[in-house]
Amino acid sequence: MISRRTLLGTAGLAAAAVPPARAHAAEMPGVTDKSIKIGNTNPHSGPASAYGAIANAEAAFFKMVNDQGGIGGRMIEYISRDDAYSPPKTVEQTRRLVEQDGVAFILNGLGTACQTAVRPYMNARKVPQLFVATGADKWGDPAHFPWTMGWQPSYRTEAAIYGKYVLRERPQAKIGVLYQNDDFGKDYLIGLKDGLGDAYAKMVVKEVSYETTDPTIDSQAVSLQAAGADTLVTAATPKWAAQMIRKVADLNWKPLHFISNVSLSVGSVIRPAGVEKAVGVITAAYGKDNTDPQWANDRGMAQWRAFMAKYMPGADINDANHVYAYGVATTLVQVLKQCGNDLSRGNIMKQAASLKDLEIPTLLPGIRVTTSATNFHPIRAMQLQRWNGKAWELFGAVIAV
Amino acid sequence: MSGRRPTRLLSAAVVLAGAAVLLAPAFLLSGFHLFQLTMMAVYAVAILGLSLVTGYTGQVSLGHGAFYAVGAYASAILMTDFAWPYWTTLPVAGAMCAAFGFAVGFPALRLTGHYLALVTFALAVAVPQILRAHFAEGWSGGVQGLVIVGPEAPAGLPLSPDQWTYLFTVAVAAVLFALARNLLAGRMRYAMVAIRDQPLAAEAAGIDLARVKTRAFALSAGCTGIAGALGAIAVQFVAPDSFSVQLSIALFVGLVVGGAASLPGAVLGAAFVQFVPNLSELVNKNAPGVVYGVLLVATLFLMPHGVAGALRGAVTSRRGRSNR
Amino acid sequence: MVGLLHQTLSGLATGGVYASLALALVMVHRSTHHLNFAQGEMATFSTYIALMLIQAGLPYWVAFALTVVIAFALGVAVERLLMQRMARASPLAVVGVVIGLLLLFNGLSGWLFGFTIKQFPSPFEGNGGGGAFGGMVSDHEVGMTAVTIAVLIAMSLFFRMTKLGLAMRAAALNPESSRLLGIRVGATLAAGWGVAAGLGAIAGMMVAPIVFLDPNMMAGVLLYAFAGALLGGIDNPAGAVAGGFAVGVIENLGGAYLVGTELKLTLALVIIATVLVVRPAGLFGHVTVRRV
Repeated sequence: MISRRTLLGTAGLAAAAVPPARAHAAEMPGVTDKSIKIGNTNPHSGPASAYGAIANAEAAFFKMVNDQGGIGGRMIEYISRDDAYSPPKTVEQTRRLVEQDGVAFILNGLGTACQTAVRPYMNARKVPQLFVATGADKWGDPAHFPWTMGWQPSYRTEAAIYGKYVLRERPQAKIGVLYQNDDFGKDYLIGLKDGLGDAYAKMVVKEVSYETTDPTIDSQAVSLQAAGADTLVTAATPKWAAQMIRKVADLNWKPLHFISNVSLSVGSVIRPAGVEKAVGVITAAYGKDNTDPQWANDRGMAQWRAFMAKYMPGADINDANHVYAYGVATTLVQVLKQCGNDLSRGNIMKQAASLKDLEIPTLLPGIRVTTSATNFHPIRAMQLQRWNGKAWELFGAVIAV
Repeated sequence: MSGRRPTRLLSAAVVLAGAAVLLAPAFLLSGFHLFQLTMMAVYAVAILGLSLVTGYTGQVSLGHGAFYAVGAYASAILMTDFAWPYWTTLPVAGAMCAAFGFAVGFPALRLTGHYLALVTFALAVAVPQILRAHFAEGWSGGVQGLVIVGPEAPAGLPLSPDQWTYLFTVAVAAVLFALARNLLAGRMRYAMVAIRDQPLAAEAAGIDLARVKTRAFALSAGCTGIAGALGAIAVQFVAPDSFSVQLSIALFVGLVVGGAASLPGAVLGAAFVQFVPNLSELVNKNAPGVVYGVLLVATLFLMPHGVAGALRGAVTSRRGRSNR
Repeated sequence: MVGLLHQTLSGLATGGVYASLALALVMVHRSTHHLNFAQGEMATFSTYIALMLIQAGLPYWVAFALTVVIAFALGVAVERLLMQRMARASPLAVVGVVIGLLLLFNGLSGWLFGFTIKQFPSPFEGNGGGGAFGGMVSDHEVGMTAVTIAVLIAMSLFFRMTKLGLAMRAAALNPESSRLLGIRVGATLAAGWGVAAGLGAIAGMMVAPIVFLDPNMMAGVLLYAFAGALLGGIDNPAGAVAGGFAVGVIENLGGAYLVGTELKLTLALVIIATVLVVRPAGLFGHVTVRRV
């Protein structure tokens, strides 16, 4: 039961968000005394289906939450629908979730193009589009899209960190960039420009792209080496990052090599490329890597492992998507707890924008989740790390942007 | 002669009943279901286009997603960069795609059967990267895509945007199906089918193969291009990822399952494309590919003329029996 | 100039990937005149079987041989159960079945084995060799090229020397006369699909260590392999292998100096369309005249 006082107390935002209502069911769509309905879109089929693991892990996480009594006595009903990474399908599935399934909000919808396609709809309808699962920079724009919020540090932020590091440590560097020819890769170029500033034109000697239909990136590696690059930024997804690390080693080329955060998994990138071949590779991280032995005895990762053992038996323990999902779902649980009994869409959005120094077991020590009415980038800090042949070795300070 | 009046009355009644069936959902269904039906109408037009060239003329295209993409982008660019009203973009999208199809039709003259399928398949795979390429970026919005503002009902009509979009799309689809029906009632149909079934005899009979084939290609591409434009207006967003090879394959599967050389088949195929992936989600989240593959192969073996052909067969055999 | 040489070498290494799958495409076309769009997906599926066998503890070459046998059986089964009944069907129906197989095998790979990329062992790595030409071509790529050429030689011997090989050529060229001569045309067609699937499995096992194994491993490779096969002549094994290597080089040089890396696949499309329109028999193929 919802009390009259809580209703009045949150009238501020809620009134702006929802039309005056008679019963609380109308004020809090998707929420009953016993349950909270949460929607999600993910590519469970098609070429990007590897990401489907995120939704599977989130479903398992909420099962765990429910087994522990739910949130404030309410059970979480999590519905993930397949959009096959196709924007028209995302629009359809999102509308199904909002209009037919009647979810309270959408959590962690995946894909930049897919989520861009539904952003106007979500904001027009005033339905929270929480913790969008893409690293594009555009998700933290509360002035224009007050119902949309990202989660992880943006690609642009990350690339800027590499740019600043190179500027400081190797001012004479000749930089080569390999990037995936899509929104993800192009955001890296922008971030690198942010980080290097005016030096970009002078320092970057070659940018080459690859397509996800390219079987190999050998030709690109050869071009970059021939351009005389001594510093390499590889903005690539796992398959091509692994190929690049291996090719660089095979060519006996020893550049200062940065790889994108999306490809830091030991299990699906470093090991396939060769643990020896990857020595010296640098990346920026915000979370702990599940396949990195240095977290074998870490308390937070032990929690994650216990969760995996009990709720996802048989799932691939090396898949970093499961860790990512755990972090997102943990953040959401905090938001819902902060909401108390007022689970109106307005209050959910308000509480999502009021996270203070939240510690997440899967994030690196010292990296916390903080949001505010003007800051819709929950995680804004990263730390550089270098592969030493056995584990990722953190170095330098936590860099907040 | 004496049968004419009743026939005319009957066909008028059929048209009216059909219009009522098409109009009714707008006032009975929710916004979301209307959106689904809108997309189904869009796919029906796209598959109608494909059936002209692949179903009737027998030229196998696995790349109609390319025409769909061109139509969608033509419409989106005109609406965002030039602020054209949505409905004015349809003829332009259709004309552009028809020209594109005409151009593709010429090399296609030299390719038969499987080889044309291969070239068009390659085209379908290449579409997203062509849209993302540097030279297209200024127009296409590159990797970020273009967000479109959807249509509103004309002033005075008490209709929600969903209702209006549905009615608009269905009206355009109905016009295109009627045009196709007229086209296929005339000489063009015989020329097309003759080329499909007996190319040499068709040529011997004086049919200008090149002319018919390139025209069929142009009409087909134009029709699918209009579908692309309608799809862009309904979805209110275009991006290279919207037009991957999966789209071309879905249109092809819809065509074959519905019935390749059949107008009702195009509608049934569209229903398949729109609703079967959602149903197969119930089997297994990763299953759409398997379900698509199995249904496609099963259709070809069990119902060579698609669901439409099977239904027609059932109706005729029943009639035959009752006549006896 | 050095850059050009390096691009050529690395193009040859990638071309080996295309050449190995192109051989399988040629095999199917030679025996049944079909273009098998599902060849890549069947190869990927077979490669997963190989990985399962290796993980079960079998030595590499035993798993290799076993996989080729399994793939052969799979190919024969597909021909017998499906393609055979499509012998007189329209191109639309045949393409439909093949696309159905593509979707089916791709879906099965993902469903059964998951979507994350997997490492696949190479029999040629870890011998301490540092590759050839300063790492431009890795040990595995050298080994793969040797395997491709060995397969090519075995194939031409098979077609020239063995009874089955000769029967297959005859059956493909003229099924009616072959039948009159007592050749079991049906069996030879099935054998053609079987051999093609076996060749595809070899291609998969050779390609996987380079591009890593995932359900869409062959999606990109397939079109380049088609381009290679067509360039060399879709009925000519040696031509297809040469074409595969040529496409690898063209793709690299074109990508690096001509059209830019973003349009590499479009280059494959252009090669396919140009060859088919200008010289359908390919550079080394024979022009066949069809009697009507």
